[in-house]
Amino acid sequence: MSIEIRQNLCIGCGRCITVCPGSLIKLKNKTATIPKPERCWGCASCIKECTAEAIALFLGEDMGGLGGKMTVRRENSLLHWTVTKANGTAQTITVNSLDSNKY
Amino acid sequence: MGLDIRHIDTDFLIIGGGTAGCYAALTFCEHSDAHVLIVEKANIRRSGCLAAGVNALNAYIGPGKTPQDYVDYARRDAENIVRGDLLLTMAEGLNSVAEKLENLGLTILKDNNGQYATRGWRNIKINGENIKPILADAVKKQEHISVLNRVNVFEYIIKENQILGVYAVSVEEPILYTILAKAVLCTTGGAAGLYKPNHPGFSRHKMWYPPFNTGAGLAMGIRAGAEMTTLEMRFVALRCKDTIAPTGTLAQGVGAKQINALGEVYEDKYGITTSQRVYGTVAENREKRGPCALRTVGITKEQEDDLFKAYLNMAPSQTLRWIESGKGPSVQNVEIEGTAPYITGGHTASGYWVNTNRETTIRGLFAAGDVAGGCPQKYVTGALVEGEIAAKAAISYMSSEISHPNEDKIEVIKQKLEGYLSRTENSCDALEEAMQTIMDEHAGGMSTYYNFTEESLKIADEKILELGKQSEQLSASSMQELVYIMELQERLLLCRSVIAHLAAQKETRLQGYINSKLKDGNINIIRRQLVREVEIYEH
Repeated sequence: MSIEIRQNLCIGCGRCITVCPGSLIKLKNKTATIPKPERCWGCASCIKECTAEAIALFLGEDMGGLGGKMTVRRENSLLHWTVTKANGTAQTITVNSLDSNKY
Repeated sequence: MGLDIRHIDTDFLIIGGGTAGCYAALTFCEHSDAHVLIVEKANIRRSGCLAAGVNALNAYIGPGKTPQDYVDYARRDAENIVRGDLLLTMAEGLNSVAEKLENLGLTILKDNNGQYATRGWRNIKINGENIKPILADAVKKQEHISVLNRVNVFEYIIKENQILGVYAVSVEEPILYTILAKAVLCTTGGAAGLYKPNHPGFSRHKMWYPPFNTGAGLAMGIRAGAEMTTLEMRFVALRCKDTIAPTGTLAQGVGAKQINALGEVYEDKYGITTSQRVYGTVAENREKRGPCALRTVGITKEQEDDLFKAYLNMAPSQTLRWIESGKGPSVQNVEIEGTAPYITGGHTASGYWVNTNRETTIRGLFAAGDVAGGCPQKYVTGALVEGEIAAKAAISYMSSEISHPNEDKIEVIKQKLEGYLSRTENSCDALEEAMQTIMDEHAGGMSTYYNFTEESLKIADEKILELGKQSEQLSASSMQELVYIMELQERLLLCRSVIAHLAAQKETRLQGYINSKLKDGNINIIRRQLVREVEIYEH
């Protein structure tokens, strides 16, 4: 369970650095990095704050991860969550923050 | 690396800007013009156990029910290991804090009559993905609240059993703070990472409870001689295997039953209280009838889609797991397991002993939320109520002037911390792993099905003491690594307290009821005189 930060997409805004509850993300050469990814809790705070979709959540292989990556795009109250599988196929689920959970 | 010293004075100091801390600050400002300082080791926007969000408010008094009904429910669920006075004062405030959360911007589902839609009688349905940013934004709007983010409080300043302030360090810059206050509230949360986690490798921080909650507030209290209660009542969560995502949404949301590897529904055999659900799963595994699962196969596609969304709002890793494997809950049952034990007063009765004002046994030091004991099943709304109660009590308590300590230990502390920062590389990861293995094998972790013996606890205590000595030789090359050493030492002290409570437990119930204080370096067990309340004993 951790995140990867795609250096080519990062715009260096620092939002992820602010929100990480473990203070794990650092700015290096004007892009965000996570020097110790094994310390990540997997809360996804950073991927929800990132406006560049530069951060992806993945499940570690030691917990059965299969190489899929999860990113989020925010559009007002909508959160578009996309899972891209290792084979490149993708599925997007949209959640409206103004709608309650059914469960 | 040398440390710069800074002094700050405030009226009301709140340690930890999680859910309870932020809400306490907001309450304080409603009733006082005095100054509040929140000191937070991360950033209040997403810090604490609700960083990922929350899927429901699990403590609410539904139509036709009373606060006393909630007390009775929690009492049953915790096999009477509760403080009725704390539960009742908490339960009386649940509904008003839910309304306040809605006013701040939280989405809460309403029924056709405009009432909150309930799941059972004590849960309400929300969209809580953004609950922390909502609270943090409200805090930001208050001119009397200052927030010191990325500053880690590590020691109380005490004079004659009264709190005067704290010592803290920046997580980023070489700064050591002395902060004095007229009243102090500890809302640092509980503790994870004492025991070997479910995934000891790369994913070792994939826990139910945040790995960043290290028991700092509990350890500071223990060091300062505050009384702790019921630490032996560890919380083992029943979770989806691997992702450690919550299971209540599956059990209550789509009515999924717990089944063993033979397909038998076993929850009827053991009961469905929180601890019975875990106990049954552990027992089935021990009897070689595992792995166990929640039976979700056969739910509709619509239900599955709703589950995908519900988990995105609190544990997105579970939705990722379902989608990347191509096996959603409608086609594959969801395997479940117990977690490593945590110490958290939001679910069990472990934490600071507090009175109904949420004041600890140290004068002027209040505690609320997961760090406060005696009041299990408080969940999110209960933590908010405790923050509210503590903030109001702090206003009544506060004197007009800040008190100063007789002697300032700041130079001694500065030298000690600079010692860690000047040594050669010796990271704390190995000692942390050693601690977790000792606790797992000898103090009732997952590998022994949470069991232990008097002898194994003695071995655990000796080994943990030894690790404590070794930790004095660690080194740090940055302020963050210095904080990691502090966190390890907090966990080690808390481990010793947990071991002492487990050893003092002489009854066969899952949970006991034990208090302790640190005296002359030893954890002293206190057996308070029991007070009889109707048919139930408590203290």
